[in-house]
Amino acid sequence: MSGPLLEVEGLKVHFPVGKTLWKPGATVRAVEDVSFTLEKGEVLGLVGESGSGKTTLGRSILRLVEPTGGVVRYDGQDVTAAGPAELRALRSKMQIIFQDPYASLNPRMSVRDILGEALMLHGVGSRADRGARITALLERVGLPGWAADRFPHEFSGGQRQRIGIARALSVGPGFIVADEPVSALDVSIQAQIVNLLSDLRRDLGLSLLFIGHDLSVIEYLCNRVLVLYLGRVMETAPVGPLYTRPRHPYTRALLDAAPVAAPGGQRERIVLTGDIPSPLAPPSGCVFRTRCPFAMPACAEAVPALREVAPGHSVACLRADEIDLASR
Amino acid sequence: MTALLDIAGLVTEFRTENGPLTAVKGVDLSIAKGETVALVGESGSGKSVTSLSVMRLIPERVGRIAAGQIMFTGADGTRRDLAQLDQDEMSRIRGRDIAMIFQEPMTSLNPSYRIGAQVAEAARLHRAIGRRAAWDLAVEALAQVEIPDPVARARAFPHELSGGMRQRVMIAMALVCDPVLLIADEPTTALDSTVQLQILALLKRLQAERGMGILFITHNLGVVAEIADTVAVMYGGRIVEAAPRDTIFTAPAHPYTRGLLASLPRVDHAARAAGVVDRLVAIPGSMVDPRHPPPGCDFGPRCAHVTDACRAAVPGLQEVGPGHQTRCLRWSEL
Repeated sequence: MSGPLLEVEGLKVHFPVGKTLWKPGATVRAVEDVSFTLEKGEVLGLVGESGSGKTTLGRSILRLVEPTGGVVRYDGQDVTAAGPAELRALRSKMQIIFQDPYASLNPRMSVRDILGEALMLHGVGSRADRGARITALLERVGLPGWAADRFPHEFSGGQRQRIGIARALSVGPGFIVADEPVSALDVSIQAQIVNLLSDLRRDLGLSLLFIGHDLSVIEYLCNRVLVLYLGRVMETAPVGPLYTRPRHPYTRALLDAAPVAAPGGQRERIVLTGDIPSPLAPPSGCVFRTRCPFAMPACAEAVPALREVAPGHSVACLRADEIDLASR
Repeated sequence: MTALLDIAGLVTEFRTENGPLTAVKGVDLSIAKGETVALVGESGSGKSVTSLSVMRLIPERVGRIAAGQIMFTGADGTRRDLAQLDQDEMSRIRGRDIAMIFQEPMTSLNPSYRIGAQVAEAARLHRAIGRRAAWDLAVEALAQVEIPDPVARARAFPHELSGGMRQRVMIAMALVCDPVLLIADEPTTALDSTVQLQILALLKRLQAERGMGILFITHNLGVVAEIADTVAVMYGGRIVEAAPRDTIFTAPAHPYTRGLLASLPRVDHAARAAGVVDRLVAIPGSMVDPRHPPPGCDFGPRCAHVTDACRAAVPGLQEVGPGHQTRCLRWSEL
């Protein structure tokens, strides 16, 4: 195969809100014109504040939320146009891990049943070798074999997330959307799961879309990062350049806001005032301009196009060339 | 100088079907006027139970303070043991001398009342003032926490505000009676980092103006670096290390503190470009189960340096340096 594993082109997700018989209602543009590609074995980080559309974007790629427009291709196959049967087959290649492992595991099913159900639904292996597969899966995610006969409540948060990962892996996917998989975990456990995801990527050649808000985890785990704000891509770049030389003021503000676990010497930062605006009434032109310290009248006029400023590094800011944001 | 709050030997236990479960096992902690003490720990470490014990917010039928003193000096200068007060006396202190803010402001605000009315109610509980004056005070308090257009916003309902704005309302409500001690239990955990930074700056500003002491409960070491003067690290219901902020980061003595700091991802892009495979240093295992604590040191089963002596008895707090204590037998050799 030559092309990228996953191609997303002009993806849009709009939600109608407040529509009644008498009122036309409004539209929330949760994801607006997002394009990117993901290579095999690559980890793409998705960052942005709550309400920026990260989760909706992740889910719309798997069609857990139906896209309003745009195209998603997995291994050359059009996901957005797939019929029910095709979609089911595709879902064995594209999986998802959720933030709260407890909420996504059925408390009445043993781990064996949880994993077995996934195998059965996708027709993986014969009934006879399912037991062996389940044991192998548990070992792969660092759980002992006896875990198969336990129930979700008998595990700690970190172990539950391992079960969630095992379930996603059970059908042999090539691509996984990881929606804040370590955000609910304690610091000492978080590192265990990040290491596990890192191993899986390396050993199985998995591609990941990693949604998160902890920028240090993203920096550690991801090859590339996509910065989202009000459903639009602000900047995308390989992880090194993005962290050391961000070109979009929003990226710089996000990096500056991340608290650093080291004493003293607080650097000069861009501190954002206020909150992310309502997606029901996004600002005209550049959606970030209302919180941007560098905004000028031209920013209100048209949505800045995402343009390449260095190989693999694109930014949607009119003033990217004139403002200096070099950070660390 | 006498401390604002002096906790000594605090033991808090919960009633369970299988007998008492000790969540806090002898905590000593003190907070001076104008000082911010960060109580750091993971879920189940006992940090929130410690703060709820100070506020006496653990209902009789659920649990009790089994031992220890909580000496507190009120705004009027009287020094009392909060552990000995009855609920009537405590309710006069709570909200007036000591206020508390929580992680999720939406669950602490009443959805059916305007925020101005809720802040005004907090003021009227402890002050002999009329409705009109209380409303004005509420508007002033909202201005203090930097809510834009406070006169109009006082008439808003909680659902009309963002998470960050709601947390500002909670802070306004907590501070409207000028408490001398503020207990903040993970107040920024549910917020975006951009908003978290705003709230931390606000708390720092208000503290500088009013000189209140803050007990700041968090699991986030980045937040600790941002706001704390002194840090106490809890594990398994005990303080395992206490030190001035900079010392915790530059010279941690307890293996657990070191493990926490080491598990934070740090990337050296230059080394990575040169092909170095870096791996996060995770602390193995999971948090101690309070129902079955291990013999001796609570951290023993997860510690790389554990010896038979560690398993024999719970290590006492040992003096490592000025204001720096650790509960580890082997700190000097590690």
